[in-house]
Formats: sequence, C-alpha cells, structure tokens
Amino acid sequence: MTKSTYKRPDGREYDETRKVEAEVGIIKNADGSAMFSFGGSKAIAAVYGPRQLHPQHMQDPEQCVLRCIYDMLPFSVPERKRPGPARRSVEISYMTKKALEPVLHLKSFPNTVIDVYIMILQADASTRCAGINAASMALANAGLSMNELVTSVSTGKIGDAIVVDLCKEEEDYKIKKDGIEIKAATDIPLAFLSRSGKISLIQLDGNIKPEELKEAIALGKKAAEKITQVQIQALKKVNED
Amino acid sequence: MEISELTKKIIEELLKEGRRFDGRKLNELREVKIETDISKNAEGSAKVKIGDTEVVVGVKLNVGEPYPDSQDAGTMMVAAELSPLASENFESGPPQIEAIELARLVDRAIRESEYIDFKKLCVRKGELVWNVFIDIYPMNVDGNLIDASTLAAVIALSRAVFPVLEDDKVKYGELTTKKLPLNNAPITITSYKINNSFILDPTTAEEESSSCRISVALTSQKEIKIHALQKSGYDALTEEEIDEVVSLAVNEHKKLYNMCSQFFKK
Repeated sequence: MTKSTYKRPDGREYDETRKVEAEVGIIKNADGSAMFSFGGSKAIAAVYGPRQLHPQHMQDPEQCVLRCIYDMLPFSVPERKRPGPARRSVEISYMTKKALEPVLHLKSFPNTVIDVYIMILQADASTRCAGINAASMALANAGLSMNELVTSVSTGKIGDAIVVDLCKEEEDYKIKKDGIEIKAATDIPLAFLSRSGKISLIQLDGNIKPEELKEAIALGKKAAEKITQVQIQALKKVNED
Repeated sequence: MEISELTKKIIEELLKEGRRFDGRKLNELREVKIETDISKNAEGSAKVKIGDTEVVVGVKLNVGEPYPDSQDAGTMMVAAELSPLASENFESGPPQIEAIELARLVDRAIRESEYIDFKKLCVRKGELVWNVFIDIYPMNVDGNLIDASTLAAVIALSRAVFPVLEDDKVKYGELTTKKLPLNNAPITITSYKINNSFILDPTTAEEESSSCRISVALTSQKEIKIHALQKSGYDALTEEEIDEVVSLAVNEHKKLYNMCSQFFKK
C-alpha cells in the first residue's frame, strides 16, 4: 500500500467504508424493494415487473427491457435541488441500468419491462453506489432469477492516498499549491458482480496514475466482498420474517 | 390498476351494513406512525405512515427577494411528486394534475390557517425574506394521501430550524437552534362518499369505489375554524351532506391532532 500522510475527515482507515446498512421489503406496493446506506448517503429502490410494456413499439421481442430511473429528493442535498430529471441524473440512471443488466436473465421475458426506481433520501457522496446496491437487492427481492448480486462502492485518490467509499468532504478535497487551491480528489465509482468478480460499472473523474488505479480497483473489490455479505444478510432476513 | 367490479360491489354491500373490508368503523383511522428528522440535509423532515400509506416531507429554507405585493413577508412553495416508485398507478414525467392538486391542498391548509407566521420570515423589508420549500414524496400509496401529506408537512415544519445566514447568504449544513415561527397546526380530514355513506381514511380500493371526496382543513385552538375545502370526484353533494362531512372533520380531527400534539408544543 502507498505510504501517505492523508487523514480522513471521519477518522476512517483507507480501506474502511462508512457504516453500511441494508433493509429489504420496504415498499409494499412494489414487487421488490430495498434500502441501502453508506453513512449519510441513503438510497431506496423499488422494482416493478416484469410487466407488459406500453406503447407496444417499445417492446423487444427478443428480451425484457430494463428501465432504471435514479433521482434525488429535493431536500436530500444542502441546497434544494429542483424536482425532476437533470443531465446528471439521466446519465446515472443509464449507468445504473448498465451495471445491473449483466446479472439478469432478460431473455426469459420477451416483450416485457422491468422498472427500477431509485430515490436518494439523503446525499453525502457515493449516492449512485448506494442506489445500485439497493436496486440489486430489490431485484432479488422481486424474485427475479439472477446469476449473482451487484455490489457497488466508490474508491478514489484523495491527496496522496487511495481510499474506499468517499464522503462529500473527500469528494471536494482540495490542496494548496503555490497559494492556489486545486482539486486533489479522484472519484471512481465501481460495481462488482458478486461471484465472478467482474466489473459492471466503472467511471472516473480526476487525476490518477495507472498503477494507482489498479490499486484502487483492488481496494474496491475487497470492500465490495464485505458489502455483498450485508446485502445477502438483509435478503435472508426478509425471507425469515 | 383498477379494482374489479366485484371488489367494488363487496365494499358497497359491506358499507350498507356499516362495515368495511378491513373491519374498521366508517370513521375509524388506521394506525398512524410518525418519524421525524429522516433526512439530515433538510432543515426539517418527517415521515408519516397511515396504514400502508407512507409519505416523506422535507423542508428547505433559502433567502430571496419578497413578492412585490408583500414586501415584508416570507414565501412558501409546496411541491408534490407522485413517483412511480410508490405505486404502479403513477407514471414518470412532469407532475400530473393529481400531484398538483395534492400540493395545492397542502399549501392552502398551511397558508390559510396562517400556520407559518410569514411576517416573521422577513429579514429586511423589501429586500430579503426567507423562502420555505416543502417537498412531498409518497413512498407507498394505499389511500388517503391528502390527509397523510398534510400531516407530514405540518410535522416537518414543526421540526424545521433556520440555517445560519451570513452576508445575506445561507450557510447550508450549519444550523441555528431557532425554530420556524409557527401558529396552530392545521389538520386535514378528507371524507369519501361510497353510495350514501361517508368514510374516513380509505384504502386505495375504497377510494376507487367512491363517487366523490371532500377535504376539510381546520384548526381548533379555542374555536374551530375551517381554512380550506375542496370537493373532487364525479358526484355532486346536497347541503346536508356538506354539513355531514364538515361535522365528521370537526369530530374526528382531534384524534389525529392528539396523536401528534407532542410536535405542536410551542
């Protein structure tokens, strides 16, 4: 591991996530639902379907259509966000769909749709990761056959340290260089498939060397393995109740 | 999904004998559960559950210029979104009439009862006032959304505190201990008409069997005052029926009020 002087604002170790919480079956009307939180970032997800897709021309005779909508509540962020989709949430919705698609057997349900709705109740960075984790559990809770679960976690480089599960303060981390403040945070949201270990989501923005990226991915994978266990426990719990 | 004619018929026949699907009396509410401070970035928030209906409301505060016609008063905006997350009857997209009506009903209950003391939200007359944003999000819907949303909004407001204001800018994330200036809390009671009976706190199946509804928003400190009324649905009502639903609201609102009176203490 890289030697580093960076201290995390909440006192965590570099490879330590915030407190992770998961609950399944929280929305009665939905076919499947779940809540997932990384500390102050809390997401809920509801799954409806497979159900008939209207209008008909949107149907795919080969397979089920997966639709994902990610949105933030207006009061989930410090400054009120106007309700409704924006460019950011549209892109995250699409990335979420791509992160979940590989584990679903969409060919089993031609001409239908599975709708996944993700709502961020409270935001403190890594919200798309919390959303994907909630959605993956909600899909399993809906009784859909899946090869494996999807577990998402963010990693990144803050200052000179490679860390897992960035909070907002880290995402906005700046250092002073020659008297000017410059951004010193690289944010890498990742999603891993729980059995194969394959990566179904990777995004990056920032400034990082290839060998550091490799280290960040390895760190994320380790953290994801633990998170998967939390997801599985929550799914088991709802079946016991 | 529409309920079947058969379900509708059973609901109607039971009501003739004064009974309901889930065994409740006509004016009986389902269990009410309240959680507060559910979202830390909101200046105030609450979650209200009535039966299987669950609504979250968050309050955000900002500052801005006052309206030209009320230079010394703060402003309020209420928005509701019926997200498809909460029910398969809801669709994505811009707010439909149901969401707009819901937001406006909550708005009028709060505004007309003068629950918020807007004059005390003035920072500098004609220049700077506080704006109160109330966002309503149902999380699961099984009827009676209007009463649940009004209650959640009123409780979220009761929990709200001002953020720090510095150089006329809000410092988000830094809160003062100062609460919003509030008066007596309004309660909304909506009655639903099925055949010739009126019921309170309907489930979705009961709502879909009803021919019309009336919402009554009132306050009841010292004396009862009605602040907002709205009839919806396809049926028309007699004067006697209007009397009946107003009496229902007057008689039954106390139950709801008492359940959450701890939040209304000044």
